[in-house]
Formats: sequence, C-alpha cells, structure tokens
Amino acid sequence: MSDLLDRIPYARFLNLQTLVSGDEITVILPFADRLIGNPMLPALHGGSTAALLEMTAMAQVALAFPSPRLPRPINVTVAYLRTGRPVDVYARAAISRAGRRVAHVQAEAWQEARSQPIASLTAHFLLDNP
Amino acid sequence: MHDSFVDTILPQLAAGSAHTGALGFVFDGLHDGEPRIRVPWREDLVGDPDTGVLAGGLVTTLLDHIGGLAVWTAMDEFQPVATLDLRVDYMRAAHPRMDLMAQAKCFRLTPTIAFVRAWAFEVDSSDPVAAAQSAYVVNRIRPAREEAQS
Repeated sequence: MSDLLDRIPYARFLNLQTLVSGDEITVILPFADRLIGNPMLPALHGGSTAALLEMTAMAQVALAFPSPRLPRPINVTVAYLRTGRPVDVYARAAISRAGRRVAHVQAEAWQEARSQPIASLTAHFLLDNP
Repeated sequence: MHDSFVDTILPQLAAGSAHTGALGFVFDGLHDGEPRIRVPWREDLVGDPDTGVLAGGLVTTLLDHIGGLAVWTAMDEFQPVATLDLRVDYMRAAHPRMDLMAQAKCFRLTPTIAFVRAWAFEVDSSDPVAAAQSAYVVNRIRPAREEAQS
C-alpha cells in the first residue's frame, strides 16, 4: 500500500514520500529548488502544495477503499492559508463521508507546526465500486 | 497593452520560475485578450500509469498559474498576487499523450481581489478537461498613496 504513490509518475516527479501509520497516511513533499514558484520571497508554487494535498487525499481514499483503479477526482477546492516557505511540507487527509459512488475528503498541509496549516483541501472522489 | 508586456513579461511570468520551468510551461500568446499556456505531454507528469493521462495535480497547478497570468493581463502590469482559493472541476479524463493548454479570464478586478475563471483543454476550449474558479489577493501599489507617504 505504501508504494501506491511510487507507481504514479507525477508523485515521483514531486519526490513524494509516504508514511502509513495504521489507517492513516502522511505524505511528505521534500523541499527542492524546482518547487519554487516565487523566487523573490522565495516561496513554493501553490500548485505543488495543491498537488501534494490532492495526492494525499487520493492515497487516503485508496487505502480505505482498495481497488485496482485509482480513485478519480471529481473536484477539488484548495484554500491557501500561508506562504509555503522553502522547507519540507507534510499532509494528511481524512474521509468525511464515503457513499457507494463518491467520497468526500478533507486534507491539510503544514510545515513546522500542524496547528499552522499552509493550505487546506476539500475534494470529492469517484469510487470504483461495481 | 504595450508590446513588451506581452512579448517579454508575460512569457517570463508564465514559465520563468523554477517550478513552471521544471513542468515545461510555455506561454502561448493572448487569445481574445486571454492568456494561454501550453504544457507539452511528458511521461513524468502522468497521474495514472494505466492510462498515460496527465496528473490532476498538474492540471491544478496549470489552472492556478494561468489564473495569475489573467490577473496580470487585466492589470496590464506585474504586481505581486497570491492565490486565495481555487476550485477545480475535472470534467473528463485528458487525452493520453497529448499536450494540455490552459486559458483564463479575469472577469472582475477590484483594488484588493481578482476573480478568475480558467479552463484546461487539448484542442478545443469549448471541450474542457477541467475548469477552475479562483480568487487572488492583489497588492496593487497605488502611486497617489506612495506620493502621500513620501
């Protein structure tokens, strides 16, 4: 299971690292220069944080609902709460509700302190149930 | 709109940062006054190895970025902006192994906030892969205020 994101080329491009603790996944986006979107601050590109959140949500859904196919996003909403500084980012996701077809997921990304998230995500995924 | 802004500054803003450069973003001009970015298909940007379709996270990054370009196009200058929030609807899977385009329109610009809609598509902008609605915080430096402070 922890190798789920290793199968995804874009997750490898971002060098995402996955930790599975029981039924919860933590995904780490290690800092790299190529994640910088604003060289003047410098700050991470918001898109790299959004991609981390989306991959974390998808991995959490895949862990909870094992299926040969990856969960497909229907829509995602990302709120940017703080500037992403040039250090590692962590993310966790929680499934608020899952029906037969659709799962509703919330995720947060943080750097030094989990109590100070840099971005939050709300998403719906299509489940691959027969 | 002055030529140097379209010819020099917008392409730099589209592809000039480390992240947009690493993703291969290319500025593709203004279309009906709306900026467009192209992302050439690449194996390492794929989100589902079974289908070869580009990753949702990449599409989100692209729509976030083209939205910023639409704000700068509306302002006709570069001023710092920051994405406040972004909602992306994934309407259909992208076609495998095809370049992706994104185009955006800033439909309301206030002194503090810009409201944007953006689309991602392969060929036909009326057949989008994904659509986004987003808001950006704008930090417009006002000359009158600067004079008052100096």
